[in-house]
Amino acid sequence: MSELPKKTFVITRFDPDKDQVPKTQTYEIECRPDWKVLDAINFIKDEVDPTLSHRWSCRMAVCGSCGMNVNGEPKLTCKTSLAEYGDVVEIEPLANFPIVRDLVVDFESFMEKFRSVKPWIIRAKEKAPEEGTCSQSPEELEAFRHFSMCINCMLCYAACPVVANAPEFLGPAAIALGHRYNLDSRDEGAAERNEIFRGEGTIFECSYANECSEVCPKNVDPAAAINQAKLLAVLDWAKGLVLPRKGGS
Amino acid sequence: MLEVVRHDVLIVGGGGAGLRAAIAAVEADPRISVGLVSKVYPMRSHTVSAEGGAAAVARDDDSLEMHAKDTVKGSDFLADQDVVDYFVQEAARELTLLEHWGCPFSREPDGRVSVRAFGGMAAKRTWFAADKIGFHMLHTLFQHSMRFDRIVRYDEQFVTRLLVDGGAVRGVAALDVREGVVRVFLGRAVILTTGGAGKCFAFTTNGNIKTGDGMALAYRAGVPLKDMEFVQYHPTGLPGTGILITEAARGEGGTLKNSEGERFLVTRDYGVGQKAELGPRDMISRAIIQEMMAGRGIKGPYGEYVHLDLTHLGEKKIDERLPFVRLLSTTYAGVDPVHQPIPIRPVVHYMMGGVDVDIDGRTLLPGLYAAGETACVSLNGANRLGSNSLTECLVFGARTGRHAVAYARGASDGDESRLRALGQEEAARIDALRGSRRGGERLAGIRHDMQHTMEQGCGVYREQPSMQETVRTLAQIRRRYAALALDDRSKVFNTELIAALELGNMLDVAEAVANAAVARKESRGAHTCFDFPKRNDQEYLHHSLVWFGEAGPRVDKKAVTITRFQPEERKY
Repeated sequence: MSELPKKTFVITRFDPDKDQVPKTQTYEIECRPDWKVLDAINFIKDEVDPTLSHRWSCRMAVCGSCGMNVNGEPKLTCKTSLAEYGDVVEIEPLANFPIVRDLVVDFESFMEKFRSVKPWIIRAKEKAPEEGTCSQSPEELEAFRHFSMCINCMLCYAACPVVANAPEFLGPAAIALGHRYNLDSRDEGAAERNEIFRGEGTIFECSYANECSEVCPKNVDPAAAINQAKLLAVLDWAKGLVLPRKGGS
Repeated sequence: MLEVVRHDVLIVGGGGAGLRAAIAAVEADPRISVGLVSKVYPMRSHTVSAEGGAAAVARDDDSLEMHAKDTVKGSDFLADQDVVDYFVQEAARELTLLEHWGCPFSREPDGRVSVRAFGGMAAKRTWFAADKIGFHMLHTLFQHSMRFDRIVRYDEQFVTRLLVDGGAVRGVAALDVREGVVRVFLGRAVILTTGGAGKCFAFTTNGNIKTGDGMALAYRAGVPLKDMEFVQYHPTGLPGTGILITEAARGEGGTLKNSEGERFLVTRDYGVGQKAELGPRDMISRAIIQEMMAGRGIKGPYGEYVHLDLTHLGEKKIDERLPFVRLLSTTYAGVDPVHQPIPIRPVVHYMMGGVDVDIDGRTLLPGLYAAGETACVSLNGANRLGSNSLTECLVFGARTGRHAVAYARGASDGDESRLRALGQEEAARIDALRGSRRGGERLAGIRHDMQHTMEQGCGVYREQPSMQETVRTLAQIRRRYAALALDDRSKVFNTELIAALELGNMLDVAEAVANAAVARKESRGAHTCFDFPKRNDQEYLHHSLVWFGEAGPRVDKKAVTITRFQPEERKY
């Protein structure tokens, strides 16, 4: 068997027990031509340096665990071919999040934002299971379907220039999720969510950079969600001026 | 000082079964609080990777009786038929709830949920969301669970021990992955929902987190594991990575072909009859291996494979019904299924066995419950039908959640100082393991050898000599595990320590699988032996139980519940 080409990986290391600031460590390993970036990291972890910490699980681009910055860009490492890169590959934790250790970031703030948009079906009267499923046409499904494909990998937060300056910004994935429920024909909670969206640090902070949609590994297009959400939130507000809100106090 | 957290009910694992159990528990009683303790954030749970769909009778050409009969026949008559009856009856109600909670099921033009054909199912009854039902089910459950303040999440907390006092489970000890400290979680009932143990094998569809944690926790606490010899090989995994290509690809019309381009399930007799590619998984996996043994496999860099051909379905149907299959095949095998057949080979996918529970999810240890793949409620017997397991997570997750609440209401808290002392013991054990050099054995090497011996001994086809060799090798590996050399002494996010603990869990599960396999000298469902090629109802129409023992596992038996479907030859 012929020798495999070598690549050099420059990886962020940080252990809060020992380090004041993150540093880098360099590993040179042989790489199979069909490897993803994650395969190389796993090889280093198993065979070279067991003290390297990173998150991963499904290795099929659906669990959302293994987002990292690769040569400065947020990537889902299990989906990203090493062949796209040259001899030197820099791997850092996702930008715009505090580092816990090495390639592991703290995204508790995201989990709070996520819950704040009420990502569940809201109805004035809940349907009983005995009444059967809700009717929803393929067109009604299509209206929100691709906004429901977010795997919460947080690449969009790492890419977002607004999050970089204002970490409290609700951010692309959470807005897309709230908007997904607003567009669902089974849901009646749009008024509640629009009120959240009209608050500070939410949709109107977005600067149309579109970075979120460019890095999204699932083509969710959160930038489009934010634009649509802005329009709907404004319309909903205007409607509220002329008509008293349904069932409101 | 050890921190103590208290809830009424604790759920270990945040996938489909755990989330459903949590929701059922808080809905069952407005005063109950649930602690949901998971080693990963719930949306990372492996439920996320399920693709094809979830089964429940939905149309007039179908019936509960037909679903029950398919499930029992698929199980090779090792399912408990009272469990199957309850399952088929509750299935549609549970999927309807999931729909009400927002799951984006694929739809018919008239607004009904679409159903598709699946292996071993006599009618179309698999509800789907393109080919990402697991992802949508998990996210729908997770998002819906956020409505309830009484479901309190503890993410990235790795449960390493059940705390038993006075003959009952009263809590768990868990390692906080991020901080490196051990905490005690007290609860009057504990539900294990940690998923399966596919990572005991080298070639698996399962994610890195599927390490049999809940099975090992119960087993170590003296609860038997049931029917562990039955390991499901899914017929269609991508060579090299083992990534799952869903059975829905065949449900939508995909065909399997050998190196000669021959549709062998049609041209040769593999017992699947008219069902052809929609035969049950055990039979299709055997047929593929037989083709390879007959020299009709195709050689590739990651071993032999056969072809799954979707090219006749056309781009429109593939993009509408199987978009994830197209992405996976293109990204991980370099093959676009619109134009070329997909290389596939059988791959470890699912554990039919698990923690022995009754229909309420109850184990023989008071206070301890289990549901989902972790459990063996005996719905699947010797071979699970595709699309029954997601529904199982819902049906038995919910029922187990309700029963755990009923138990917790009447149970006492136990002696906190004794439970705290057990937690201290566990903290000391973990502190001693972290970064310890007990010998010169490397973690990755031991794990590799375990995974390969499991494949050697417990593959699609088995025989006594290789199974016994695997039992012996596992015993040696256990000794090597005691001489583990770890490098990472840090407390924060120490994934080497987690992997070492997971390997310990997998060794327990692997030993249970191999020992149960040796003891079953017949062929039934997924357990197929060259040296005992026939099913033997006279001697083996029973469940296997494996009990933990310091001297090694002890294999025992348990009666199977047969009501209306009498065992007959399994032919399609």
